[in-house]
Amino acid sequence: MRLSAFVRMRLITHNMLTSHVKGVKNGYPLVIKAEDIKEQETDFNPDFISRMITRIEWPALTKAMEMIGHTDQLPEEVPKDYETNNDFLKQAHHALMEIEVITGSLTCPESGREFPIANGIPNMLLNEDEV
Amino acid sequence: MKLRQLEIALEDAKPFQEPKIQLEQYVTTPHLAACLLHTAETQFGDICGKNVCDLGCGCGILSIGSSLLGANHCLGIDIDEDALEIFQSNCEAYELNNVVECIQADIARFSPSRNMILAKRFDTVLMNPPFGTKSNKGIDMEFLHAASILASHAVYSLHKSSTRAHIVKKANDFGMQAQVVAEMRYNLESSYKFHKKKSKDIEVDFIRFTITTG
Ligand SMILES: C[S@@+](CC[C@H](N)C(=O)[O-])C[C@H]1O[C@@H](n2cnc3c(N)ncnc32)[C@H](O)[C@@H]1O
Repeated sequence: MRLSAFVRMRLITHNMLTSHVKGVKNGYPLVIKAEDIKEQETDFNPDFISRMITRIEWPALTKAMEMIGHTDQLPEEVPKDYETNNDFLKQAHHALMEIEVITGSLTCPESGREFPIANGIPNMLLNEDEV
Repeated sequence: MKLRQLEIALEDAKPFQEPKIQLEQYVTTPHLAACLLHTAETQFGDICGKNVCDLGCGCGILSIGSSLLGANHCLGIDIDEDALEIFQSNCEAYELNNVVECIQADIARFSPSRNMILAKRFDTVLMNPPFGTKSNKGIDMEFLHAASILASHAVYSLHKSSTRAHIVKKANDFGMQAQVVAEMRYNLESSYKFHKKKSKDIEVDFIRFTITTG
Protein backbone atom coordinates (compact mmCIF):
# COMPACT_ATOMS: atom_id res chain seq x y z
CA MET A 1 0.00 0.00 0.00
CA ARG A 2 1.22 3.44 -0.84
CA LEU A 3 1.53 6.21 1.69
CA SER A 4 -1.35 8.62 1.83
CA ALA A 5 -0.87 11.62 -0.40
CA PHE A 6 0.15 14.96 1.01
CA VAL A 7 -1.99 18.03 0.79
CA ARG A 8 0.23 20.05 -1.51
CA MET A 9 -0.23 22.12 -4.62
CA ARG A 10 -0.37 20.23 -7.90
CA LEU A 11 -0.30 21.60 -11.39
CA ILE A 12 -4.08 21.24 -11.77
CA THR A 13 -4.40 24.11 -9.32
CA HIS A 14 -1.57 26.10 -10.87
CA ASN A 15 -3.51 25.82 -14.12
CA MET A 16 -6.46 27.65 -12.56
CA LEU A 17 -4.66 30.35 -10.61
CA THR A 18 -4.24 33.83 -12.02
CA SER A 19 -2.73 36.99 -10.62
CA HIS A 20 -5.33 39.43 -9.39
CA VAL A 21 -2.96 42.23 -8.41
CA LYS A 22 -4.49 45.65 -9.03
CA GLY A 23 -3.94 46.95 -12.53
CA VAL A 24 -2.71 43.66 -13.98
CA LYS A 25 -4.32 42.81 -17.30
CA ASN A 26 -2.73 39.52 -18.13
CA GLY A 27 -1.76 37.63 -15.00
CA TYR A 28 -1.79 34.19 -16.53
CA PRO A 29 -0.14 31.76 -16.29
CA LEU A 30 1.82 32.34 -13.12
CA VAL A 31 5.50 31.56 -13.40
CA ILE A 32 6.45 28.67 -11.16
CA LYS A 33 9.69 28.65 -9.29
CA ALA A 34 10.01 25.33 -7.55
CA GLU A 35 12.67 24.81 -4.93
CA ASP A 36 11.31 21.55 -3.68
CA ILE A 37 9.03 19.22 -5.62
CA LYS A 38 8.04 15.61 -5.14
CA GLU A 39 6.24 13.11 -7.28
CA GLN A 40 3.60 10.95 -5.73
CA GLU A 41 1.52 8.37 -7.53
CA THR A 42 -2.23 8.86 -7.20
CA ASP A 43 -5.22 6.90 -8.44
CA PHE A 44 -5.71 7.33 -12.16
CA ASN A 45 -9.27 7.92 -13.23
CA PRO A 46 -9.45 8.26 -17.03
CA ASP A 47 -13.04 9.58 -17.06
CA PHE A 48 -12.18 12.34 -14.66
CA ILE A 49 -9.03 13.39 -16.49
CA SER A 50 -10.81 13.32 -19.81
CA ARG A 51 -13.51 15.59 -18.41
CA MET A 52 -10.91 17.94 -16.94
CA ILE A 53 -9.05 18.24 -20.24
CA THR A 54 -11.83 20.45 -21.55
CA ARG A 55 -11.28 22.84 -18.63
CA ILE A 56 -7.50 22.84 -18.62
CA GLU A 57 -5.47 25.49 -20.40
CA TRP A 58 -3.20 23.04 -22.16
CA PRO A 59 -0.44 25.47 -23.23
CA ALA A 60 -0.17 26.67 -19.62
CA LEU A 61 0.23 23.08 -18.46
CA THR A 62 2.99 22.27 -20.91
CA LYS A 63 4.69 25.51 -19.93
CA ALA A 64 4.36 24.66 -16.24
CA MET A 65 5.99 21.29 -16.84
CA GLU A 66 8.89 23.02 -18.55
CA MET A 67 9.21 25.54 -15.74
CA ILE A 68 9.71 22.77 -13.23
CA GLY A 69 12.20 21.05 -15.45
CA HIS A 70 10.02 18.23 -16.82
CA THR A 71 10.55 18.87 -20.49
CA ASP A 72 9.20 16.79 -23.36
CA GLN A 73 6.70 14.90 -21.27
CA LEU A 74 3.56 16.25 -22.86
CA PRO A 75 2.43 16.66 -26.46
CA GLU A 76 2.17 20.25 -27.59
CA GLU A 77 -1.51 19.90 -28.27
CA VAL A 78 -4.34 17.83 -26.93
CA PRO A 79 -4.82 14.96 -29.38
CA LYS A 80 -8.21 14.76 -31.10
CA ASP A 81 -8.87 11.30 -29.73
CA TYR A 82 -8.01 12.36 -26.18
CA GLU A 83 -11.11 10.80 -24.65
CA THR A 84 -10.02 7.30 -25.62
CA ASN A 85 -6.27 7.83 -25.76
CA ASN A 86 -5.22 6.14 -22.55
CA ASP A 87 -1.52 6.90 -22.89
CA PHE A 88 -2.26 10.55 -23.30
CA LEU A 89 -4.69 10.60 -20.37
CA LYS A 90 -2.05 8.96 -18.19
CA GLN A 91 0.50 11.60 -19.13
CA ALA A 92 -2.03 14.31 -18.40
CA HIS A 93 -2.91 12.68 -15.09
CA HIS A 94 0.72 12.60 -14.09
CA ALA A 95 1.25 16.25 -14.97
CA LEU A 96 -1.94 17.50 -13.33
CA MET A 97 -2.20 15.35 -10.23
CA GLU A 98 1.10 13.75 -9.30
CA ILE A 99 3.62 16.53 -9.01
CA GLU A 100 3.64 18.25 -5.64
CA VAL A 101 5.18 21.69 -5.29
CA ILE A 102 6.31 21.95 -1.68
CA THR A 103 8.43 25.10 -1.61
CA GLY A 104 8.79 27.86 -4.17
CA SER A 105 6.75 30.66 -5.57
CA LEU A 106 4.28 31.73 -8.22
CA THR A 107 5.12 34.98 -9.97
CA CYS A 108 2.70 37.27 -11.75
CA PRO A 109 3.98 37.48 -15.35
CA GLU A 110 3.02 41.14 -15.64
CA SER A 111 3.73 42.81 -12.28
CA GLY A 112 6.42 40.46 -11.03
CA ARG A 113 4.58 40.08 -7.71
CA GLU A 114 5.58 36.82 -6.04
CA PHE A 115 3.14 34.57 -4.27
CA PRO A 116 5.12 32.29 -1.99
CA ILE A 117 4.49 28.57 -1.67
CA ALA A 118 5.44 27.09 1.69
CA ASN A 119 4.58 23.65 2.95
CA GLY A 120 2.76 22.97 -0.28
CA ILE A 121 0.38 25.91 0.22
CA PRO A 122 0.42 28.92 -2.12
CA ASN A 123 -0.31 32.18 -0.39
CA MET A 124 -2.45 34.31 -2.71
CA LEU A 125 -3.23 37.04 -0.19
CA LEU A 126 -2.72 40.60 -1.40
CA ASN A 127 -1.67 43.66 0.56
CA GLU A 128 -4.11 46.50 0.95
CA ASP A 129 -2.44 48.60 -1.76
CA GLU A 130 -2.65 45.77 -4.29
CA VAL A 131 -6.40 45.32 -4.28
CA MET B 1 -21.13 4.84 2.23
CA LYS B 2 -24.14 5.12 4.51
CA LEU B 3 -25.06 8.41 6.12
CA ARG B 4 -24.37 7.15 9.62
CA GLN B 5 -21.01 5.69 8.59
CA LEU B 6 -20.01 8.99 7.06
CA GLU B 7 -20.99 10.88 10.19
CA ILE B 8 -18.95 8.55 12.38
CA ALA B 9 -15.97 8.81 10.04
CA LEU B 10 -16.13 12.61 10.18
CA GLU B 11 -16.01 12.64 13.96
CA ASP B 12 -12.24 12.06 13.78
CA ALA B 13 -11.59 15.43 12.14
CA LYS B 14 -9.91 17.80 14.57
CA PRO B 15 -11.63 21.15 15.15
CA PHE B 16 -10.05 24.62 15.33
CA GLN B 17 -7.44 24.88 18.08
CA GLU B 18 -8.03 28.53 18.84
CA PRO B 19 -11.02 29.62 16.78
CA LYS B 20 -10.84 33.20 15.53
CA ILE B 21 -14.20 34.76 16.20
CA GLN B 22 -13.77 37.51 13.62
CA LEU B 23 -13.35 34.82 10.93
CA GLU B 24 -16.33 32.89 12.31
CA GLN B 25 -14.29 29.78 12.82
CA TYR B 26 -16.77 27.24 14.04
CA VAL B 27 -16.86 23.80 12.47
CA THR B 28 -19.72 22.22 10.64
CA THR B 29 -20.73 19.40 12.95
CA PRO B 30 -20.12 15.87 11.67
CA HIS B 31 -23.88 15.37 11.64
CA LEU B 32 -24.59 18.44 9.54
CA ALA B 33 -21.63 17.85 7.23
CA ALA B 34 -22.65 14.23 6.68
CA CYS B 35 -26.27 15.20 5.91
CA LEU B 36 -25.18 17.85 3.46
CA LEU B 37 -22.67 15.67 1.63
CA HIS B 38 -24.76 12.53 1.65
CA THR B 39 -27.70 14.43 0.17
CA ALA B 40 -25.47 16.08 -2.44
CA GLU B 41 -24.28 12.65 -3.50
CA THR B 42 -27.34 10.41 -3.21
CA GLN B 43 -29.98 12.87 -4.38
CA PHE B 44 -28.02 14.86 -6.90
CA GLY B 45 -24.87 12.94 -7.79
CA ASP B 46 -22.72 16.01 -7.23
CA ILE B 47 -19.74 14.52 -5.34
CA CYS B 48 -18.46 11.19 -6.64
CA GLY B 49 -16.12 11.63 -9.61
CA LYS B 50 -16.30 15.40 -9.34
CA ASN B 51 -13.90 18.30 -9.04
CA VAL B 52 -14.86 19.99 -5.79
CA CYS B 53 -13.98 23.35 -4.26
CA ASP B 54 -14.38 23.91 -0.51
CA LEU B 55 -14.72 27.64 0.19
CA GLY B 56 -13.62 28.68 3.67
CA CYS B 57 -12.42 25.14 4.17
CA GLY B 58 -11.35 25.59 7.79
CA CYS B 59 -10.35 22.26 9.32
CA GLY B 60 -11.55 20.43 6.25
CA ILE B 61 -14.60 18.44 7.26
CA LEU B 62 -16.36 19.10 3.93
CA SER B 63 -13.27 18.25 1.88
CA ILE B 64 -12.69 15.07 3.83
CA GLY B 65 -16.32 14.04 3.56
CA SER B 66 -16.47 14.65 -0.17
CA SER B 67 -13.22 12.74 -0.61
CA LEU B 68 -14.68 9.81 1.32
CA LEU B 69 -17.67 9.93 -1.03
CA GLY B 70 -15.43 9.70 -4.07
CA ALA B 71 -14.68 13.23 -5.25
CA ASN B 72 -11.64 13.00 -7.54
CA HIS B 73 -10.08 16.29 -6.68
CA CYS B 74 -10.73 18.77 -3.95
CA LEU B 75 -9.35 22.27 -3.45
CA GLY B 76 -9.78 23.97 -0.08
CA ILE B 77 -9.52 27.76 0.18
CA ASP B 78 -9.18 29.65 3.45
CA ILE B 79 -7.77 32.99 4.52
CA ASP B 80 -6.23 31.67 7.71
CA GLU B 81 -2.97 29.76 7.78
CA ASP B 82 -3.60 28.22 11.18
CA ALA B 83 -6.80 26.71 9.84
CA LEU B 84 -4.97 25.44 6.76
CA GLU B 85 -2.40 23.75 8.94
CA ILE B 86 -5.17 21.79 10.64
CA PHE B 87 -6.77 21.19 7.23
CA GLN B 88 -3.54 19.64 6.00
CA SER B 89 -2.98 17.41 8.98
CA ASN B 90 -6.63 16.32 9.09
CA CYS B 91 -6.70 15.38 5.41
CA GLU B 92 -3.39 13.59 5.63
CA ALA B 93 -4.54 11.62 8.68
CA TYR B 94 -7.50 10.20 6.73
CA GLU B 95 -5.20 8.66 4.10
CA LEU B 96 -7.55 9.73 1.34
CA ASN B 97 -7.23 8.19 -2.12
CA ASN B 98 -7.89 11.33 -4.08
CA VAL B 99 -5.94 14.53 -4.51
CA VAL B 100 -6.67 17.24 -1.96
CA GLU B 101 -4.97 20.64 -2.05
CA CYS B 102 -5.41 23.97 -0.37
CA ILE B 103 -4.53 27.59 -0.98
CA GLN B 104 -4.53 30.62 1.26
CA ALA B 105 -6.68 33.36 -0.21
CA ASP B 106 -9.30 35.94 0.65
CA ILE B 107 -12.63 34.94 -0.81
CA ALA B 108 -13.84 38.54 -0.58
CA ARG B 109 -11.31 39.33 -3.33
CA PHE B 110 -13.03 37.29 -6.03
CA SER B 111 -14.55 39.21 -8.86
CA PRO B 112 -15.43 38.25 -12.40
CA SER B 113 -13.22 40.99 -13.82
CA ARG B 114 -10.16 40.30 -11.73
CA ASN B 115 -10.13 36.62 -10.91
CA MET B 116 -7.63 34.72 -8.87
CA ILE B 117 -9.06 31.46 -10.13
CA LEU B 118 -10.34 30.86 -13.65
CA ALA B 119 -14.12 30.56 -13.80
CA LYS B 120 -16.12 27.34 -13.94
CA ARG B 121 -13.26 24.92 -13.31
CA PHE B 122 -15.14 23.07 -10.56
CA ASP B 123 -18.22 20.91 -10.82
CA THR B 124 -19.34 21.49 -7.27
CA VAL B 125 -18.63 24.12 -4.64
CA LEU B 126 -19.22 23.34 -0.97
CA MET B 127 -19.25 25.87 1.82
CA ASN B 128 -20.40 26.80 5.26
CA PRO B 129 -19.73 30.51 4.92
CA PRO B 130 -19.37 33.03 7.71
CA PHE B 131 -22.80 34.51 8.34
CA GLY B 132 -21.34 37.98 8.48
CA THR B 133 -21.10 40.01 11.65
CA LYS B 134 -20.82 43.73 12.26
CA SER B 135 -17.18 43.84 11.19
CA ASN B 136 -17.52 41.72 8.07
CA LYS B 137 -21.06 42.39 6.97
CA GLY B 138 -21.90 40.88 3.60
CA ILE B 139 -19.19 38.24 3.68
CA ASP B 140 -21.81 35.51 3.09
CA MET B 141 -22.68 37.25 -0.17
CA GLU B 142 -19.02 37.45 -1.14
CA PHE B 143 -18.79 33.70 -0.64
CA LEU B 144 -21.94 33.13 -2.66
CA HIS B 145 -20.59 35.32 -5.44
CA ALA B 146 -17.25 33.51 -5.50
CA ALA B 147 -19.07 30.17 -5.56
CA SER B 148 -21.14 31.29 -8.54
CA ILE B 149 -17.93 32.09 -10.41
CA LEU B 150 -16.12 28.87 -9.53
CA ALA B 151 -18.88 26.28 -9.95
CA SER B 152 -19.98 25.01 -13.33
CA HIS B 153 -22.83 22.99 -11.94
CA ALA B 154 -23.90 23.19 -8.29
CA VAL B 155 -23.21 24.97 -5.01
CA TYR B 156 -24.11 23.67 -1.55
CA SER B 157 -24.26 26.06 1.34
CA LEU B 158 -25.72 26.81 4.75
CA HIS B 159 -27.42 30.14 5.45
CA LYS B 160 -29.46 31.60 8.26
CA SER B 161 -33.10 30.87 7.53
CA SER B 162 -33.95 34.44 8.48
CA THR B 163 -32.00 35.68 5.44
CA ARG B 164 -33.63 33.31 2.96
CA ALA B 165 -35.44 35.83 0.76
CA HIS B 166 -32.30 37.92 0.38
CA ILE B 167 -30.14 34.89 -0.43
CA VAL B 168 -32.55 33.64 -3.07
CA LYS B 169 -32.62 37.04 -4.74
CA LYS B 170 -28.84 37.51 -4.64
CA ALA B 171 -28.32 34.02 -6.02
CA ASN B 172 -30.52 35.01 -8.95
CA ASP B 173 -28.38 38.08 -9.56
CA PHE B 174 -25.34 35.80 -9.61
CA GLY B 175 -26.90 33.47 -12.18
CA MET B 176 -27.97 30.74 -9.82
CA GLN B 177 -31.23 29.22 -8.77
CA ALA B 178 -31.69 28.40 -5.10
CA GLN B 179 -33.49 25.39 -3.76
CA VAL B 180 -33.88 24.94 -0.01
CA VAL B 181 -33.14 21.27 0.49
CA ALA B 182 -33.65 21.15 4.24
CA GLU B 183 -34.11 23.32 7.27
CA MET B 184 -31.68 22.45 9.99
CA ARG B 185 -30.70 23.50 13.44
CA TYR B 186 -27.20 24.54 14.17
CA ASN B 187 -25.81 24.79 17.63
CA LEU B 188 -23.10 27.39 17.27
CA GLU B 189 -22.18 27.50 20.91
CA SER B 190 -21.32 23.84 21.02
CA SER B 191 -19.05 24.39 18.03
CA TYR B 192 -17.18 27.11 19.84
CA LYS B 193 -16.12 24.70 22.53
CA PHE B 194 -15.06 27.35 25.04
CA HIS B 195 -18.44 29.05 25.06
CA LYS B 196 -19.99 28.96 28.52
CA LYS B 197 -23.40 30.44 27.86
CA LYS B 198 -26.43 28.23 27.62
CA SER B 199 -26.49 26.92 24.12
CA LYS B 200 -29.08 28.04 21.66
CA ASP B 201 -29.90 26.60 18.27
CA ILE B 202 -30.12 28.79 15.24
CA GLU B 203 -32.11 27.86 12.19
CA VAL B 204 -30.20 27.39 9.00
CA ASP B 205 -31.24 26.53 5.48
CA PHE B 206 -29.33 23.89 3.63
CA ILE B 207 -29.47 25.28 0.10
CA ARG B 208 -28.50 23.82 -3.24
CA PHE B 209 -27.84 26.38 -5.95
CA THR B 210 -27.72 25.41 -9.58
CA ILE B 211 -25.93 27.46 -12.17
CA THR B 212 -28.41 28.83 -14.66
CA THR B 213 -26.10 30.94 -16.81
CA GLY B 214 -22.72 30.03 -18.21
C1 LIG C 1 -17.99 28.70 9.54
S1 LIG C 1 -16.30 28.29 9.22
C2 LIG C 1 -16.49 26.79 8.29
C3 LIG C 1 -15.25 25.91 8.30
C4 LIG C 1 -15.31 24.61 7.55
N1 LIG C 1 -15.64 24.79 6.14
C5 LIG C 1 -16.31 23.65 8.16
O1 LIG C 1 -17.29 23.38 7.48
O2 LIG C 1 -16.10 23.20 9.27
C6 LIG C 1 -15.85 29.55 8.05
C7 LIG C 1 -14.43 29.49 7.51
O3 LIG C 1 -14.24 30.55 6.57
C8 LIG C 1 -12.96 31.12 6.73
N2 LIG C 1 -13.02 32.50 6.26
C9 LIG C 1 -13.61 33.56 6.85
N3 LIG C 1 -13.49 34.67 6.10
C10 LIG C 1 -12.79 34.30 4.98
C11 LIG C 1 -12.35 34.99 3.81
N4 LIG C 1 -12.58 36.30 3.62
N5 LIG C 1 -11.69 34.29 2.86
C12 LIG C 1 -11.44 32.97 3.02
N6 LIG C 1 -11.84 32.28 4.10
C13 LIG C 1 -12.51 32.92 5.07
C14 LIG C 1 -12.65 30.98 8.20
O4 LIG C 1 -11.26 30.99 8.45
C15 LIG C 1 -13.33 29.63 8.53
O5 LIG C 1 -12.41 28.57 8.40
